[in-house]
Amino acid sequence: MDELLKRLTEAHGVSGDEGEIREILKKEAVNLADEVSIDRMGNLVAFKKGTKGGKKIMLCAHMDEVGLIIHNIADNGTLKFSTVGSIDPRVLISKKVKIGKKKHHGILGLKAIHLQEPEERKTVVKTKQLYIDIGAKSKDEALKIVNLGDYAAFDTDSLPFGQGRIKAKALDDRLGCSILLDLLKNRYPFDLYACFTVQEEIGIRGAGAAAFGIKPSMALIVEGTTCSDVPGVDEHMRSTRLGKGPAITVMDATSYSNKFMVNKLIETAIKENIPYQMKESVTGGNDAGAIHVSGEGIKTAVVSVPCRYIHSPVSVADMNDYYSTSRLVEAFLKGCE
Amino acid sequence: MDTKDFLSELVDLPGISGYEETISLKVSHVFERYCDEVRTDAFYNVYGKMTDKIVEGMPKVMLAAHIDEIGLMVKEVCEDGFLRFVSVGGVDQRILPGLEVVVRGKEDLAGIIGAKPPHLQTADEAKKALEMKDMAIDVGICGEKLKSLINVGDPITFKSPLITLNGSMISGKSLDDRAGAAILLETMKQLDELRFEAEVYFVATVQEELGTRGAIISTFRVMPDIGIAIDVTHGDMPDAPKEETFAMDKGPVIAVGPNMHPGLTKKLMDTAKEYGIEYLVEVEAGPTGTDARSIQISRSGVPTVLIQIPLKYMHTTVETINIETVKKAGMLIARFISSMKEGWREWMNY
Repeated sequence: MDELLKRLTEAHGVSGDEGEIREILKKEAVNLADEVSIDRMGNLVAFKKGTKGGKKIMLCAHMDEVGLIIHNIADNGTLKFSTVGSIDPRVLISKKVKIGKKKHHGILGLKAIHLQEPEERKTVVKTKQLYIDIGAKSKDEALKIVNLGDYAAFDTDSLPFGQGRIKAKALDDRLGCSILLDLLKNRYPFDLYACFTVQEEIGIRGAGAAAFGIKPSMALIVEGTTCSDVPGVDEHMRSTRLGKGPAITVMDATSYSNKFMVNKLIETAIKENIPYQMKESVTGGNDAGAIHVSGEGIKTAVVSVPCRYIHSPVSVADMNDYYSTSRLVEAFLKGCE
Repeated sequence: MDTKDFLSELVDLPGISGYEETISLKVSHVFERYCDEVRTDAFYNVYGKMTDKIVEGMPKVMLAAHIDEIGLMVKEVCEDGFLRFVSVGGVDQRILPGLEVVVRGKEDLAGIIGAKPPHLQTADEAKKALEMKDMAIDVGICGEKLKSLINVGDPITFKSPLITLNGSMISGKSLDDRAGAAILLETMKQLDELRFEAEVYFVATVQEELGTRGAIISTFRVMPDIGIAIDVTHGDMPDAPKEETFAMDKGPVIAVGPNMHPGLTKKLMDTAKEYGIEYLVEVEAGPTGTDARSIQISRSGVPTVLIQIPLKYMHTTVETINIETVKKAGMLIARFISSMKEGWREWMNY
């Protein structure tokens, strides 16, 4: 597996706690960009001066990921938490997390099946019923290791998976971050601003500030998006399909993509013989939702790498989709000359 | 060999009930370092024999801890790269969504248990736990290639390496009852330092999770005078009633009830008191769900004791134990065996 992609996906960066991932991205970006800065929200902006100048184009990928935050410590030493971003509590049971800067191990247990009533086994456990066990026997013992407000990220190793695929946590949207780094290697006629944003997962909180500061003439968002081509989902409900290329968004719950940009993306894909698919659902949202209404309005479009099982401890992407997405965005930028 | 290292290696090995070959081999290799003689039977039960001072008329003692684990099995190989599955042993379906597994086909394949994503579920569906029959394992390989690698009936194990939590707590899959196998090793090490007259058989049993089947045949084979079953019981969990669980830091748990021989159990407790080993007591009203169930009624009957250690989150991928309790249990059993001297038969008089 690509070493950088492994580092990017294994790094912690739950929304509001992006320090570790930001540092990694910064170290990579300074070697590629003319100027790297961090704005007041914590967004990382890598600037690459154009050969002609004038036009500003913004690329955007969010660096944060869904996770947990510790909000209480029980007398028995277990930790109560809230989810940061949208997580189905059903994927949390019997999983492992790492907590705080020191990455202490924690587990999400559940009363053993032997002690459950048959009816209980059919019910959904709510987040507030769950707890993290760190092996501490009391609140005092737990407080030596963790503090209220500590964040927890899924404890998942990133590895190749099946044929040409990878499995990792936070593919949404470290894949986008990785593509942005890749595209920073080129110099374009226009000024390029590659923005690695914070707090996308808790309501698109970072991207607006980044766009407002830059005032680009257009912004292209590179995402990891939901892929529901799994058993039990009807064909017409499958928003994207793994291995069918980058997904181009027409609209979702937070924005319309600019139709000229969408057409240009499709034309580019056809011309360059890059596979692509249209995202066949209008739910969900991403940084475009905040960027397109920033200032006096900004043209935006979204290209995504399909990822199965996003917002869970382990997601899956197809490396061909990843490379095709990178190629499509690169060809699109070259066409903006 | 360090007991925690041994346990860490065991946890990573596959061995769902009926498919214990790999773990059985590992256990027999480790047993060979301490035992006079190690054998494996057709069902992959492992027998390690240990003697010290050979004295006529001393008991044959059989210790049993099971090395099989709960898991899953391939039921159907689908064209699109997904596998349908059934459970082997008591698996809580609620731990499965988003879980990583290893499918043991012609090659070991990483798998992920997926299900219909939450935003595509109806309001009614979202209120119910996902059912095992509706889940599928994604292995990222499709079509003929998949069919050439995986067959119906291939075993599937959970992926959950051993981790260290705070203090002496450790967590991972299959500590039920690989922790018991670690107690066997710990007992061997402790016994190695002591003098004893009994003929001791350490048996790593198979197929316990499907009804103590390994114990049935291994006890028949060993013909012991005394049985010592080693297993896990429920440790304190925040969401379980306290009266049904045991403290994680108060030593091993000795079971009492009809499945256990009263005189022998009293002697075990006396030994614990003599050596200052803390223990708790669990009352079992009927046949226990452990190897003791079958050991006791083998041939013309075997007086049996049951020693357990508290384990949290049984039958999940984050089973948690206190490694110190493993050591204490090993110490207790070694002292118990060492105390078997002439007159041992009187312990079992009614």
